[in-house]
Amino acid sequence: MLPIVEPARQIPGPPGIDPAVATEWLVAFLRDELVVRRQTRAVLGLSGGVDSAVTAFLCARALGPDNVYAIRMPYKTSQASSLADAALVVEALGIHCATIDISAAVDGYLQYEPNADARRRGNVMARTRMVVLFDQSAKLDALPIGTGNKTERLLGYFTWHADDTPPLNPIGDLLKCQVWELARYLGVPGRLIDKAPTADLEADQTDEADLGISYRDADAILNLILLGYSDAQLVERGFSPQQVALVRRRVDGTHWKRHLPTTAMLTGTAINEFYLRPVDF
Amino acid sequence: MSETSVRLRAAILQTKPLKGQYARNLQSAGTALKQLSKDPPDLVVMPEAALTGYFLEGAVYDLALPAERFARDLAQLWRGACAGAVVDLAAGFYENDAGTYYNSAMYLHVAPDGEQIVHLHRKMFLPTYGVFDEERFLSRGRNLGVFETRFGRMALLVCEDACHAIVPTIAAVKGARVLIVPSASPGRGIENDGELGSIAQWRDRLRFAAIEHGVFVLYAGLTGFEGGKGMSGSSCMIDPRGTVLAEAPPFDACILRCDLDLREIDLARATLPLLGDLGSALPDLLLDEELPLPRGGRAADR
Repeated sequence: MLPIVEPARQIPGPPGIDPAVATEWLVAFLRDELVVRRQTRAVLGLSGGVDSAVTAFLCARALGPDNVYAIRMPYKTSQASSLADAALVVEALGIHCATIDISAAVDGYLQYEPNADARRRGNVMARTRMVVLFDQSAKLDALPIGTGNKTERLLGYFTWHADDTPPLNPIGDLLKCQVWELARYLGVPGRLIDKAPTADLEADQTDEADLGISYRDADAILNLILLGYSDAQLVERGFSPQQVALVRRRVDGTHWKRHLPTTAMLTGTAINEFYLRPVDF
Repeated sequence: MSETSVRLRAAILQTKPLKGQYARNLQSAGTALKQLSKDPPDLVVMPEAALTGYFLEGAVYDLALPAERFARDLAQLWRGACAGAVVDLAAGFYENDAGTYYNSAMYLHVAPDGEQIVHLHRKMFLPTYGVFDEERFLSRGRNLGVFETRFGRMALLVCEDACHAIVPTIAAVKGARVLIVPSASPGRGIENDGELGSIAQWRDRLRFAAIEHGVFVLYAGLTGFEGGKGMSGSSCMIDPRGTVLAEAPPFDACILRCDLDLREIDLARATLPLLGDLGSALPDLLLDEELPLPRGGRAADR
């Protein structure tokens, strides 16, 4: 009998990351892209979650802590622990920090919409945070930095023209599991890495409950979808048809969220159709 | 040009251009070349789109230059930096040939009293997939020329030209002993250990070309971020046995220098005579009736 050598069959996991290489690359990205925009300072919303913490760590490495401004923007229903977790990041890095409560601004509008459901209320909060962030950008002469990861971008799990508005985003091409690995490498406080991710727009909200799938499974499936695998091939590899359908539906239903608004083309010089100039030209 | 030299003192200027600012980038390159004035090299290689940046979209038509103009600018650049020294310069640029636009690379001989374009190569493989959009704006070159220099026969391959194994192969069979590869490669692939996947892939393919054909490879990589896409630098010089003699980091402009002993080529080929073997078997491979090639000669260029 000859031995039969074959690879073990297992359900694919999320893609890995070399965090040292990614860090080096993202630090260079932040430095170069700020230079192009003639900026030396960054401002970002610090939620107490792992995504904005990683972004703050990267900004501090790239620009120096004195050039990084973190803004905590709680709403009255935000968990108190979120503020405390954000403070851990500020302490660890020695970056600037301000706290601006958005409750009055949000409620100032929502008083006219008492029947707004949780989703609408969450969107108003997210957009209000961007109003604050961009105004702080003008005040501090600092460029807003985005903190959305690739998983939430692909699943459409963000507020359009809110979380996605800052002109630079260092972690937008990293899946959530890669962000966690990067966080460990960068020395983000363990509490922020280990706790259940939450948009913190409603009480006891968690991302994975909202989405109906774990980040680990979602990232593994997303990775294979991006590489061109069909749903049938994903099921062959061990994922449940329900999980695959859920992820596929979210990706296919949110392509519009990953684009700029659609403008009617009427001329042969339509911007970004015929008149094509790169963002850094 | 007289007798072929056996020693080539090579330098690569890894540029990090400001997008679209040709005059300023020329100035920066001049400042960098001045560093070489005490001991000028024989050859300086610069990357693809070395002085404009790579992703220009429609602005390529604003920045493309006639080859003669680019030659004049390069020559003036050199004379301003290292007056009195003779040099060969190789650099990538966007070319405007009377309204037809190419992604080109030039090999230029510069003497104190004049300059001569030794060879102009127009990129043949224009990547137009994923992040790349070259063929939307540019025409592709139709010839892989090799050319004589004072250091022997060479070929210029621009970026993706060097990714198709058959291109360095044909260049080597046509007698090229040094392959010059100006490139602009947006770095990607973070799952590897220790470096970006695309950087490792480039080094592998350049080393394989050097080993298989017994040639020196001079790879000049553009660097700097362009709209979030980081050009991965990593310029390198590889000897005919596949040894990486010198390699630049992925980030930031720098000058890479190495003296090449061109006699290494014959020694490497004596040890591993794959190129000679290929020369004899190539007709059997290329005249294979099953290959999807036009029969009865190549279609006219224009």
